[in-house]
Amino acid sequence: MTQFIFLIIKAAIVFFFCVGLAAMLIWGERKYAGWMQSRLGPNYAGPMGVLQTFGDLAKLLRKEDVIPDTVDKPVFRAAPYLLWVPAALTMAVIPFGGMDAKIFGWRTDLVIANFDAGIVLFLAMGSLAVYGVVFAGWSSNSRWALIGALRSGAQMISYELSMGLSLVGVMILAGSMNLVQIVDYQSGAFWHWNFIPQLVGFVIFFIASIAELNRTPFDLPEAEQELVAGYMNEYTGMRWGIFMFSEYVNMIVMSAIMATLFFGGWRAPFESWNVIPGFLWLIAKMMGFIILYMWVRWSVPRYRYNQLMSLGWKILFPLALANLAVTALVVTVK
Amino acid sequence: MVNATVDIFIQFFLMIVLAAGMFVAMLWIVHRLMPTSRNPNKGIPYECGVRPTGDARVPYNVHYYLVAVLFVLFDLEAVFMYPWAVTLRTLGTVAFVDMLVFIAILLVGFVYAWKKGVLSWE
Repeated sequence: MTQFIFLIIKAAIVFFFCVGLAAMLIWGERKYAGWMQSRLGPNYAGPMGVLQTFGDLAKLLRKEDVIPDTVDKPVFRAAPYLLWVPAALTMAVIPFGGMDAKIFGWRTDLVIANFDAGIVLFLAMGSLAVYGVVFAGWSSNSRWALIGALRSGAQMISYELSMGLSLVGVMILAGSMNLVQIVDYQSGAFWHWNFIPQLVGFVIFFIASIAELNRTPFDLPEAEQELVAGYMNEYTGMRWGIFMFSEYVNMIVMSAIMATLFFGGWRAPFESWNVIPGFLWLIAKMMGFIILYMWVRWSVPRYRYNQLMSLGWKILFPLALANLAVTALVVTVK
Repeated sequence: MVNATVDIFIQFFLMIVLAAGMFVAMLWIVHRLMPTSRNPNKGIPYECGVRPTGDARVPYNVHYYLVAVLFVLFDLEAVFMYPWAVTLRTLGTVAFVDMLVFIAILLVGFVYAWKKGVLSWE
């Protein structure tokens, strides 16, 4: 029974941490964009505008929930959840600290689910997000939404391939798909981390994750100037808010996965720095990647669609296969 | 806690309930607070202010379909690789050579698709 209570507490903490961080990131991204473009960004609600997201939430709660007559209603209603629930579910496999850790005299694992197929779960949930996008676009019965959804579907599945293959190198090295064991494999100082032997895999994963998140330079599904809002064209108020919110939660999940698989997860860069609790290191690494995502978003212009597809299929996919073959060769010979 | 497998289902179920519950609750609040005004023009899908002509679900470029087929093929390949990757250290050289042959066969198909122009969007 105590185990079960711990489980509920852990799930609630991780979930609300994720939600809170996403809320701060919505403000953070706007502020960051403001700084990069030499303007102020949000600055009315609270000091430096930190309460902006809560103001937005209050606004969205008062907005009318318009569902057009021509849409496919059940699919239209389900689509935002298909994007949002998998994103939150993936957080369950991220280890935030050691197994059997001691907290206030209680022993517990600092991970929600110590799941053997963690990476497969992450990739599967990434695939479910494609359904969310395509359902949203198709059910809207609007031309903008349909074009956006088709583009987005093709883009996301193309990059998902490279993403899945770039992780095979990590699996070969660690001999496991369990994120807890992958972090254990990277124990020690930072030169034991996976990003050194798997640098190519990491770069492929990072590029593919930007495409999966539909962020600039790969934000063709939403390309405001040409497609209005892409697949979420017909959504209003809080339903649109779910899409927006899940985008940021997805960003948190991607950076957490990247930190865990390639950068030692909750481990400190030097053995002696492990006095600082592991989850702070994980959050620091995640914030580093999130800032990198934002930096890329506001510095690089959007790709053309054919450039995007040839980058995914003609460069990243063969590169990922080559990376995996070389990793396998090195491991077999050794 | 029953056994390891059931535990994991309970854990994932908890996350799903939390995630879905949050927005179900918020949408419930929205439906209590939101203004409602009836207007026939509200039900029309957005098309830059113009009255839409016919259904939006028209036949679309076959290219997207080809990419989807290619994705299914190569993603299956990736799924075969995962168990192989996890056990490679114990299986040794034979497994490595086997997978090279497997990749080579699939690469033939990839090169064929490339030459056929599936990957060029002009």
